[in-house]
Amino acid sequence: MADGAHHEFEAFAEEARAWLAGNYPAELKSRAAKVDPEAQWGGRPFVDSQDPQVVWMRRMASKGWTAPTWPAAFGGGGLTAEQARILERELTAGGYRAPLASFGLWMLGPVLLEYATEAQKREHLPKIIRGEIRWCQGYSEPGAGSDLASLQTKCDDKGDHWLINGQKIWTSYANKADWCFCLVRTDTSKKHEGISFVLIDMASHGVETRPIKLISGDSPFCETFFTDVKVPKENLVGRVGGGWEIAKRLLQYERQNISGGFGSGGGAGGASGDLGELAKSYIGMDASGAVADGDLRGRITQNKMDFQAFYLTLSRVATEARSNAGSGPSAATSIIKYAAATLAQQRSELMVEVLGHQGLGWEGDAFSSAEKTITRGWLRSKGNSIEGGTSEVNINVVAKRVLGLPDPKVG
Amino acid sequence: MAVLTEEQTLLRDAARTWTQEESPVARFRSLRDSGAPLRFDPAVYAEMAAMGWAGVIIPEAYGGSGFGFLGMGLILEETGRTLTASPLLSSALTAASALMLAGSDEQKQRWLPGIASGATIATLAIDEGAHHRPSHVAMTAMRDGTGYRLSGSKNFVLEGMAANLFVVSARTSGASPDTAGISLFLVEASTPGLGRAPLSLADSRGAANLVFDNVEVGVDALLGTVGDGWAALEGTLDRARAGLAAEMLGAALQAFETTLDYLKTRVQFGQAIGAFQGLQHRAVKMYTDLELARSCVEAALTAIDETDPRVPEYASLAKAKVGDTLHLVTNEMVQMHGGIGMTDAHDAGLYLKRARAAEATYGGQAYHRDRYARINGY
Repeated sequence: MADGAHHEFEAFAEEARAWLAGNYPAELKSRAAKVDPEAQWGGRPFVDSQDPQVVWMRRMASKGWTAPTWPAAFGGGGLTAEQARILERELTAGGYRAPLASFGLWMLGPVLLEYATEAQKREHLPKIIRGEIRWCQGYSEPGAGSDLASLQTKCDDKGDHWLINGQKIWTSYANKADWCFCLVRTDTSKKHEGISFVLIDMASHGVETRPIKLISGDSPFCETFFTDVKVPKENLVGRVGGGWEIAKRLLQYERQNISGGFGSGGGAGGASGDLGELAKSYIGMDASGAVADGDLRGRITQNKMDFQAFYLTLSRVATEARSNAGSGPSAATSIIKYAAATLAQQRSELMVEVLGHQGLGWEGDAFSSAEKTITRGWLRSKGNSIEGGTSEVNINVVAKRVLGLPDPKVG
Repeated sequence: MAVLTEEQTLLRDAARTWTQEESPVARFRSLRDSGAPLRFDPAVYAEMAAMGWAGVIIPEAYGGSGFGFLGMGLILEETGRTLTASPLLSSALTAASALMLAGSDEQKQRWLPGIASGATIATLAIDEGAHHRPSHVAMTAMRDGTGYRLSGSKNFVLEGMAANLFVVSARTSGASPDTAGISLFLVEASTPGLGRAPLSLADSRGAANLVFDNVEVGVDALLGTVGDGWAALEGTLDRARAGLAAEMLGAALQAFETTLDYLKTRVQFGQAIGAFQGLQHRAVKMYTDLELARSCVEAALTAIDETDPRVPEYASLAKAKVGDTLHLVTNEMVQMHGGIGMTDAHDAGLYLKRARAAEATYGGQAYHRDRYARINGY
């Protein structure tokens, strides 16, 4: 790197560091900060809120730093990729809370930047950046899971508006969202080319949501029903019948996020804690200092090694991506989601096994909250290989796209 | 693949071109069939050394290029692909590491330039039982007059028939399996009382069993300090494990790619068998493991180059992860090739046999999982 560029990055890092330190609400500095857990997601209920998390979000949004690389013209930070990495590094190093959690930020925004009209961008991007509108994703339907393109929610052209009828499922936080980006069928004679991408205000007449209870208990997932919902013509993104391409693009962003979300916590809903440490306290050690159950110890080690291999792969892929900027992500990215789901599930199983009877509690004081979190997390982890594309479909795609194996003959 | 410097890329490309053109699997096969006594071709090793490969980890001051372990790993990955047999790992990496970690300047001056030029073949003689357990040292080294007297036996010594120099672990105090009391000695193959017998192994590589019958060596044969050889031995073994893991990764990649080609070309029931989902999913499992394994190998080699304190953890991780992966891939290679994979004429068997020998060398998966758990305190 040229010296000049290096100095420029140093200067930016210093500026960012100073600004973050000067603008972080004092109330958030304490671990015990009283913050509404929903505040981080923003949305209509928080537009006038004085919750410190929302204050932080607003300050960051004023710099465009809730969406650091989005164009400044829409309220984004307009940063280069390198500057955004520096900002990210400063946020992590300073222990700052994320200013905004948002499907609008992670999934919708990137495809709007790519496919939306200028008017649509001006309408929606600034509100995403400022956290004023909370978005949900209307993709899956009861009859359209892995075969998403068989979706049936109808979108009829009524001249001056669209009319939506149908049902979505697995709509995360639909009951709390302000708007929904939704796949609908504008043409029943064609499968993929009959799909369009529309934006629906959840406050519209005819929208109803019902939360779904999972094997692990309450969940953010909902069923969403659309009954004669009127949607303005300008809310269709891209061309009529062009929704499938946008949907696939958006799924790429979603998968990046699901993969990124598998920390040592073991995936969505997973519990934290080191398996080796847990085994020491719940099983005990033999005279040589090894966990007393040799079989379980071996399986724990296998999982810990695989996780370490997985994290080393994440960092390798990131390094490769930086050095081959422009030539696209390395092929190894294709296996990240599948590997993460498998490992997180194995880990969750092992945690419950290590806890023994203490891993079987559902409610009540006989079990610590950490133990119950592990039990619920184990059940929740079963979804890791289903949500965002099943592992089986993921593997089919890798077989075809990465390994170049042929499609099976049908019939 | 790690992000390589321009020089590393050149080295990797040179190794790939040379192994593919000069040392393909067919050459290993004909070497095996010829019954060559050393189980490698000294002329081929001389060629490799002439390209500078035997000096890659050795400092310039001792006749090498000081290019580092990641560089050595790039070469070993390529030689692993074609099952190229040579003392590159046992001598130029492993024995050289022992000298670099524990040798006096005189010892390094005396031996490293020869190892770097390929003229000297050195190797570790440390195992005594059916399993790699380096602290289980029963061989004794008794202080005697002007030096030491070594008695005992060593087995599964890689390139033991070709070696001019052995790095030997022997007990100067304590009892097996104490780590304290282990000392390392440099013993020349020609020393009176040292006997060796070749092993005929399934993977057709060279190895020998050694017997030490009151072998007398001078005090200058002591490598490092007396009774305190364990740390240098572990350091040496971790370098050997990381290097062997790179070689194993290469073998696994080639076994996988050969199998993948077969899935695309073998036709049954009117279609390429690779169209069957039952085989596709197993192929993706192998691909996934190979990507994870590569990350571990590169992390271990890089940690050595950067003198990262996590070298032991990463070396065990790499050896175990690549061991599991190579094990799986070579089994699948035979199964997915069907009947042809069972024939000696096909290469699948060569990879399968090499896989199991490499897995056992310097500790198998079970050894390294246990070690990894201990390093992590449980």
